[in-house]
Order: sequence, then C-alpha cells, then structure tokens
Amino acid sequence: MSENKIITAADVEYVAKLANLRFDEAEKAETAVKLGAILEYMQQLNAIDVTGVAATTHVLELTNVFREDAVGESLSNSSALANAPDKDGAYFKVPKII
Amino acid sequence: MTYTQMSMAEIRVLLDDKQLSSRELTEAYLRRIEKIEPRLHAYIKVTPEQALADADAADSRRAAGQCLSAIDGVPMALKDIFCSEGVVTTCASKILYNYQPPYDATCWAKLKAGGAVLLGKCNMDEFAMGSSTENSAYGVTHNPFDPDYVPGGSSGGSAAAVAADLAAYTLGTDTGGSVRQPAHFCGVVGIKPTYGRISRYGIIPYASSLDQAGVLAKSCYDAATVLEIASGQDRMDSTSAPQPVGAYREACGRSVAGMRIGVPREFCGEGVQSAILDELWAAVDKLRAQGAAVEEVSLPHTPYALPVYYVLACAEASSNLARYDGVRYGLREAADNVYDMFAASRSAGFGAEVKRRIMLGTYALSSGYYDAYYNKTLQVRTLIKQDYDRVFADGFDALLTPPAPSQAFRLGEKVDDPLTMYLQDVCTVPVNLAGLPAIVVPVALHQGLPLGLQLIGAPFAEEKLFTAGSAIESARLVPSGL
Repeated sequence: MSENKIITAADVEYVAKLANLRFDEAEKAETAVKLGAILEYMQQLNAIDVTGVAATTHVLELTNVFREDAVGESLSNSSALANAPDKDGAYFKVPKII
Repeated sequence: MTYTQMSMAEIRVLLDDKQLSSRELTEAYLRRIEKIEPRLHAYIKVTPEQALADADAADSRRAAGQCLSAIDGVPMALKDIFCSEGVVTTCASKILYNYQPPYDATCWAKLKAGGAVLLGKCNMDEFAMGSSTENSAYGVTHNPFDPDYVPGGSSGGSAAAVAADLAAYTLGTDTGGSVRQPAHFCGVVGIKPTYGRISRYGIIPYASSLDQAGVLAKSCYDAATVLEIASGQDRMDSTSAPQPVGAYREACGRSVAGMRIGVPREFCGEGVQSAILDELWAAVDKLRAQGAAVEEVSLPHTPYALPVYYVLACAEASSNLARYDGVRYGLREAADNVYDMFAASRSAGFGAEVKRRIMLGTYALSSGYYDAYYNKTLQVRTLIKQDYDRVFADGFDALLTPPAPSQAFRLGEKVDDPLTMYLQDVCTVPVNLAGLPAIVVPVALHQGLPLGLQLIGAPFAEEKLFTAGSAIESARLVPSGL
C-alpha cells in the first residue's frame, strides 16, 4: 500500500496517542491509507464558501433547560460499582497512576 | 395467517377478544425464533424467561380489565444499544461484553410501562457505526429475503427481526440512516422522528447531536402506535422536545388530497438504481391520483451532506467513546499503569470501524485541523438545514426521495472499503443533519429483494409522514424462503 499524502503513518501514531489507541506497524499503514481516502473525499468541502455563515451546533431552537437544584434519587454506590472490572470498598480500583 | 405474521393491529383484536393470550403469542414468537434465528442471527440475546413472565403479567392485567395500552402483551425487541435493566447491553462491542445496565433507557421504560413483552436484544453494527450490520463483534445478520445479502445497518437486526416475524416491532436508532436504510433493505416500515422527539436517555451515544431512536414495524399504523408511546419530553434528557406528541395513528389512512409533496432533484440523479426511481415515479402517480400535488424541488447543498456527516459524527463519537477506558464497566486489559490500561483495553475492545471513526474524529478535532474540518462542517450544516427550512416555508408538506442509492447489497461486498460503505448513506444523512423526521415505507419487491421510499417532513410533522406514508406503502412484503 502506498503512503498517502494527506495522512502519514507518523500522523496515525500521533492521533492514536491522542485517542488512547494502539496500532501495530501494519495497522498504522492500513489506517493511513483508509483514513487518507476518506479525508481526500472530504476535501470537497473546500469548494464551498461559508464566509459569514453561523455554525449549527444544535438543530432544535432550545435555550438552556433549567430545573431546581434539588437532591433527587440517584444510583446507589453498590449499583454504580456493580459493573466495575475492579473495586475496593466504595471505590473503583485502577492500576497505579503515578 | 399465523399469529407471528399478523400486524400488531390485528393481534390486538385477538388479544382483546380473548381469542389469544399473550403467553400463546409469545410462545409462538419464541418457537419461530428458535427455528429461524440460526439462519438469520437477528438477535444478540434472546430473553425467553423474561418474555414469558412479561406475557403472563399482561394476561393477568387483561383478565382483570386493566390493559395498559395498545402494545400491552405484544412481543417486541430492542436494538442492543438501549439500556435494559437486568439484560446485558453490549452495543455489539467486545468492550461492553458483560455490561449490565443499572437503569432502563427512558423510551424502553415507557414501552415497558405500556406492557411491552421483551423477546431480546437485536444485532447491530458496533456502536451503530455501519450500514450493513457486518461490524458487529457478535457475527453478521442475514437479510431475511436472501441470506447472501445484508439487512442494512446499523439497526440491521431490528429490521430483519420484524421482516422475518421474529418480533411484532422493534426499536432502532438512527444517526445517519440506521433505522431507514435497513427498513428499505428488509421491506418494513422505519420511522426516525424529529431530533428530540424520543428521549436519548439510556441510549448508548454515538453522535449526540444526530442520534435519535426510531421504530421498525410491519405497517405505518403499527409504527405510529409505538411512536405515540415512546415519544415525549424527559427530564433526564435536556435536548428532548417539549412539543406535544401527535395523534400518529389517526394520521394513518387520512386523505392526502391537498397535500403538497416535493421531489428533490438532487436525490434522483445518476447513481440511483433505476428500479428505485421507477417506484418513486409510480408513487408520485399514486399520490397525484389521490389528490396530492407533487412538484420538483431543489436542495442545492445536498452533495455536501455526506462529508459533513462523517466529520461531525466521527468528531462527536471520538468524544463520546472516550468513556470506554476499563475503569467503570466493560472490558479491562491488565497493565502496569493506568495509561497503558486505557490504551490496551480500548485497543482490544473496539473493532476496526469504531477505531477508524475515533481516529477520524480525533484528527478532525486536533490542533491545526479543528477549523478546517470541525468548524467548517458546522457552518455547512447550517446551509443544509436552510435548504430544508426554505422548502417547508414554501408550503411543502413532505419530500419524497429514494432511501438509498440501491437495494440491499451482498454480504462482504463493501465491508473492506469504508468510503464505498459511507456512500450508502447519501440519501439519509441530510435528514439527521437538519434534525428532521423521516419515514421509509416498503413499496415493492424487485428481483426478490424489498425496495422502499423515504418521506421527509418539517420538524414535528410526523403526522403528515404517516398520512403520506400510509398512502404509498405496499401490502406487507413477506420473505418466501424462511
């Protein structure tokens, strides 16, 4: 597979790090080719002039939705921990951080 | 006709007249699942014990004259993206292989409160990313009309289950066409309502500004029945809409006389299978014969919808799927420190297409590319939405389009070429970008495979879609080989 101009295997490695993903060398090369083809297709957006056009982040005409800041029902500690791969008492347990 | 072939409306009469119990009906569905499921694989998990218990409860209510709703005692299924308390919910991913949701999705809770009988959880593309249900970590689903063909996706299991009479109706989700395209491929009705119509609470998110639940059913009337119950504002989803829920059932079968239907020329160009266009023009004749006015319209920014969709959906997905880190639920791979654990768990748990979309989204949101990709697509999204605003402001009640460029394709045909697979969604993604409701109804069989048409409406104009949809839907398409 030939290396794509838009995105290289080195770019893939950098983005993978941002995304907390790992790829071996073969996967990196393949990802570069497939992402490159998709990004090339997306270049057609360059043809369109959007000067002065507002961004749409949300389709409904909703403003902030407020409610009283009252204590309500929520998940119990044990039910929140029920799916944890590892736990200790009332806490999620993870491998060492520092 | 067997019980499992009947529409929900037909079943309801038998249940109400006590000619049939929910238990008998549920057992009939479970027997059919046992027989057909090995060939289709529409389900990730079947829940017979829960189904029979739900059915018995429905029968007791009916006997006491306390029937809860029009869906009480009717067996159905959920796409495996809806959180269901006590039933493992995988989203077709290895990373959630053992996830037991501690709560129900709001729309599932509403159906449950209406007496729904849960048969199981349907197969799908992992995290709803795909157009063929080939991206599931738990195997592919086959098209009930021909096992060599895909059922569409991502709600392929939900559509196949309805088409093959493995459930009376199902819920799916639609981020870029994932209810409508499989409805078209499997010959069933599929409605994606307006963004915000159904609460998103408890639906595992893919792209939050586009995700919307929908209904797959054997007729417009059945879909309308379910939509009335599943819809409504929810305090657990601040983006759910406050508008009152419409009388969707009453809208089915109403006259289309006086309605104005637009046919957008950008959807009917080269690249669309001629059989689909033939059926579209036949539907136009049918609508005109019933008194509707049909005119050509233009939505000039349509060609940009696909690249906009894939940038936005992947950007939102890269953020949404950051939550899968092996800490609180799901798969954890052992490692010496927490950062290696995150990366190892994610790399082992996500499939290739999910990783690709996370990578694409992360790239589009990364420093140096954010403006060129993400911000630009938000602006183009505005232009696409304005196209629709204009047409509906001009007085059109609905737009009639192909639901996809072609009928179902063969298993394996596109799965190794992501871009070709993405092009499948060209007729459906503009609707999600603009937040509009749309319905796909079956109209014909062509060369043994189903073919549907799409109707798109203004925000909260679902009733008009049910009226126009029921005017053109064919008699139910039944797969012959099962």
